Amino acid sequence: MEPDGQLKPSSLSTKDLPWQVLWSKEKCSLCGRCTAVCPVQAIEPGVHRKRVLQVPLGLTEKPGNIFGVYHGIRQRTDVAHACIGCGMCDMVCPNHAIMPIHNDEPDKLRFHINQGGIPRRRGGRRNARESLLDSIKFVRISMLTDPALDAGRHEFELRTLLGRILPPEEALRVTREGGWLPPVREIYPLILGSMSFGALSPTMWEGLQMGVAYLNEELGMPVRFATGEGGCPPRLLRSRFLKYIILQIASGYFGWDEIIHALPEMKEDPCAIEIKYGQGAKPGDGGLLMWYKVNKLIAAIRGVPTGVNLPSPPTHQTKYSIEEAVAKMIQSMSMAWGFRVPVYPKISATSTALAVLNNLTRNPYAAALSMDGEDGGTGAAYNISMDHMGHPIAGIVRDAYLNLVKIGKQNEIPIFAGGGVGKNGNLAANAAALIMLGASGVQAGKYIMQASAGCLGSEADRCNICNIGLCPKGITSQDPRLYRRLDPEKVAERLVEVVVSFDTELKKIVAPLGRSTSLPIGMSDALGISDRDAAERLGIRYVL
Amino acid sequence: MCRLFSITSKEPLSPMVAIRALDVMKEGHDGSGVGLFMTDLGGDFEQFRGGPILSGIFSNTGIKALDRYMMDMDFMTKYKLSFRPTKRPPTGTPRRDNYLIRVYEYPPDWENLPEAEVQRRLMMCRLQLREMGEKDGSMMVFSFWPDVIMIKEVGDPMTVADYLGLNRRELQARTILAQGRQNTNYAIDIYACHPFFIQGMATMTNGENTAFLPIREFLMSRKEPGYVGYQSDSEVFTHILHYTYRHLNLDLETYKHILTPLKDGELANHPNGPWLRMLKQSCRPLIIDGPNCVMGCLPDKTLFMLQDSKKLRPGVVGGNPGMFAFSSEMCGLDAAIPARDKSRDFQPMKYDTVFVGPERQEVGRWNQMDSLSRLH
Ligand code: SF4
Ligand code: SF4
Repeated sequence: MEPDGQLKPSSLSTKDLPWQVLWSKEKCSLCGRCTAVCPVQAIEPGVHRKRVLQVPLGLTEKPGNIFGVYHGIRQRTDVAHACIGCGMCDMVCPNHAIMPIHNDEPDKLRFHINQGGIPRRRGGRRNARESLLDSIKFVRISMLTDPALDAGRHEFELRTLLGRILPPEEALRVTREGGWLPPVREIYPLILGSMSFGALSPTMWEGLQMGVAYLNEELGMPVRFATGEGGCPPRLLRSRFLKYIILQIASGYFGWDEIIHALPEMKEDPCAIEIKYGQGAKPGDGGLLMWYKVNKLIAAIRGVPTGVNLPSPPTHQTKYSIEEAVAKMIQSMSMAWGFRVPVYPKISATSTALAVLNNLTRNPYAAALSMDGEDGGTGAAYNISMDHMGHPIAGIVRDAYLNLVKIGKQNEIPIFAGGGVGKNGNLAANAAALIMLGASGVQAGKYIMQASAGCLGSEADRCNICNIGLCPKGITSQDPRLYRRLDPEKVAERLVEVVVSFDTELKKIVAPLGRSTSLPIGMSDALGISDRDAAERLGIRYVL
Repeated sequence: MCRLFSITSKEPLSPMVAIRALDVMKEGHDGSGVGLFMTDLGGDFEQFRGGPILSGIFSNTGIKALDRYMMDMDFMTKYKLSFRPTKRPPTGTPRRDNYLIRVYEYPPDWENLPEAEVQRRLMMCRLQLREMGEKDGSMMVFSFWPDVIMIKEVGDPMTVADYLGLNRRELQARTILAQGRQNTNYAIDIYACHPFFIQGMATMTNGENTAFLPIREFLMSRKEPGYVGYQSDSEVFTHILHYTYRHLNLDLETYKHILTPLKDGELANHPNGPWLRMLKQSCRPLIIDGPNCVMGCLPDKTLFMLQDSKKLRPGVVGGNPGMFAFSSEMCGLDAAIPARDKSRDFQPMKYDTVFVGPERQEVGRWNQMDSLSRLH
C-alpha cells in the first residue's frame, strides 16, 4: 500500500501474485545471495519492525513491550517486480531459507500485466499441462506369434529420411536415365530445435553444437540441429560440422547475408534448409528478438545495429502469395546449393495445413513439411499468441499423413512434427506416438533446453523471461555475466545423455511392438486411447 | 506358427505329398486352415495349359451367378473338376455346396489382345467375382489363371484332404505350395489362408508382419486394383512381389532387398550401394518387420524362400536334381524327400534368398551382400 494510504487499481498484495516468496527468519543468515541473484528484483532486503511483549513474573512490574527491528527479505508486489517463481533464490541460499510457492488460486497479476498499454510478452510455452500425446498408449504388444524384440540386444534401425523421395517407378527411371535425384538425408528421427543464435546464449549454442558433434562423430547417431532465424556463427558455417545443421531462413532474413557470403567457403553442405513460415508458439507472428539481447555479436551475425528490437514480419513480405512464396523460396534456396540440399517449409499447425501440403506435393523440389503445434515454445512472443493461437499437433499430423496416403505420396514428402513433444517429460513416448500417427520425425526444443541446460520453465508459468535477456540459467541471455553460468561442456554432456536415453526409450517402445528394421511411421494400429472421440478423430483404437 | 511346405518336381505329384509333409509338422498348425497352390499341372489339366482355370468355393446360387457372369463375358467351360462333398464335413470345416476347379476357353474377342491386357482382364474377372460373392458368401474365388489351381479350406490339412479326396488321379502338379495355418490374431476367414495369389505369383509366410498396416496403406495407394483383400497380414508379401515384378520391372533378388534392405553401414560398402540406397528409400514403406519366412512361386515356376532381416523363423531347402522341397521344419523335408544328400540341405540366413528354377537341377542362392547379378 502506498504510504499515503491510497490504493491504485494495480496495487497488489503478495497474495495477488502468482508466486509468493516464503522466507524463514530462523534459517536466514542474511548473506544477500537471493536478492543478488533474483533476475527481476522481486525481493529486496527489508527492515522489519517487530513488537516484543514483556510479561515479567510477579505483580510488582507491569507487562510492557518494546519495539525492535530485524533485517530480512521483503517481496515486492508491484507489477514490474512480481516474482516469476524461478527459484534461483532457493538455489543459491546456503540454508534453504527461501522458496517461491505457487498461489493456490488464479493470480490477480494477470489483470495488470499490461502496464503502459503493452500486453504481456514473454518466453516459454503455453502453460497448459494437458497433453493428448501423453494419453496415447502403445497397445499392439507382440506376444506369442511374433515375440517382442529385445530392446537391449537386437539391432534396431531407427533412422528417418529428410528430403523428397521419388516414388519407386520414378526413382528407378531417373537413376536409369542419369537424371536428378532430389537430395535425401538419412537422419535420426529427433531433430533438435529450431532455436536461434540470438535467442540462445553463446554458451548454450556452443554446448548444443558440441553435443551434436559428439553424437554424430563418436556415437554414430545422425542427430541434426535446426537453427532458428538468425543465422549461424561464421566459423561454424565454414566448418565440417555444418552438415549437422539445418539452417533456417525466416521472414526477417536475419543472418542470411553472412550465410550467403560464406557459401563459397563452405566445406560441407548444410543438412537442409528450413524456410520458416510460422511457428506453433505464435502462429502468424514473426520472430521477436528484443533489444535487450541484441549485443555486438548478435548484431554482427544478423547484420543489424546493436540494441534495437528485431521483430520479423509475420510472412515473407517479398512474395505475393504463400504458394508463390513457397515455390520461389524453395527454388532459390535449392539453387543456392546446386540442388544438393533438401529445402522444406516449416509452418504453424493450422486447419489450413492440408492446403499447404497439397501444394507441396505438386512442387518437385519441396523436401518435407515441418509443422509446429500450439504447444511449441519460443524465446519471445505476446502472451496472447502463445496461450490462444495455434492448432494441436496430433490431429494435424494425422490428417496430413492420411491425406498423403490417399494420394499415395506418404513416402514422398516426410512430415516433421513439433510443438509440445515431451512437454511433460515424455519425450520418447510423444515422439513415438507422432511417428505412428504418420510423422517421419519430431522436433524438440523446450525439452532439450530443460534437460540439457536446466531451463526452469514449466507448464505453470514459471520463469518465462527468456525474452528480456535475464535468463537466470544463462540459456537465453546475451549478458556474459549470466551466460557464463552455463558451462558448454556440461550442456554437451547432458545433451548426449538425453539423446542416448531417448534412443533407449524409443527402442523400449518399438521392440515390444515387434518393430526394429524401420521406423514405424504410420503404424497407427499400435496406438490406443481411452477417449472415444479422440480415437475416432485420429483413426486409432479406443481402449479401456 | 504356421507350417509351410513347397515342392517342385520333374514328375507330377499328388498334392498329398505336401499334405503329408504338413501332417508331419502337425504340432505347428491348429486346423484353422489349409491352402494349396498348384502349378505346372499334370494329370487331367496338363492338356489345357493355355486356358485360364478358376478355383474357388461356390454355393449353389453362387454357381448360377458364376455361370451367368462367365457367359456374359463369353467364356466357355472346357473342363471341370468339382467336388460336391456328400459326407458330413469334419469338425471345424463348414459345409460347402461346391469346390470348383474349372478350365475355360478365352472369349474369342480376347484373341488378339496383348498378353498384359489378357492378364489384367483375368485379374479383373477374379476380383469382380470375389466382390460379387463377398456380399452373401456365395462365391470365394482364389485364382483365375492358366495352369494354376488353388484349394483352401478351414480344418486340419490331412482331414480336409481326405474329406475332399485330394488324392484323386486327376489332380497332379509339378510345383506345389502348401500351408497349414495356425490362426493368430485374425478371425478365421478363408481368404486369410495362405498361399496368396496374384497374376501367376503366389507366396505364403509363417510369422507375423508387424509393419503390416503402413505396407497395406502403401500398396492400396498404388492404383493397382489387385491390391485388395488383406484378411491376413501376409498377403502383402505376395503383392510386394507383384509390385516388384510388374510395376518396377525388378526381380527376385531385388525383392529381398525391398523387403529387408541392408543397413546404412552395409550399403556403404556394397558394390551396388547407391542404387540399393535409392531402392531402399523409395520403397521404404514396403520394408517388412517381425519374424517371417516367405516361400513363393514365380510365374516361371521358380520356387523360392527368404527370411526376415533377423532370421527369426526356421526354413530349409533340400532335395535331389529333379526334385527339391522347401519346408519350414526339417521333419517336413525329411518326410517328403527322405533319400537326399542331407549335407547339401541349406537353411537360408538373414541375407539369403534361395530358389530352385524351372529346370529343378540345383538350389540357387543369393546373398544380399553380393553385387547384384543384373544391372538395373
Ligand atoms: S523465485 Fe526467482 S523471481 Fe522469485 S524471488 Fe526467487 S529469485 Fe526472485
Ligand atoms: S530458465 Fe531461462 S530459458 Fe528457461 S524459462 Fe527461464 S529465462 Fe527462459
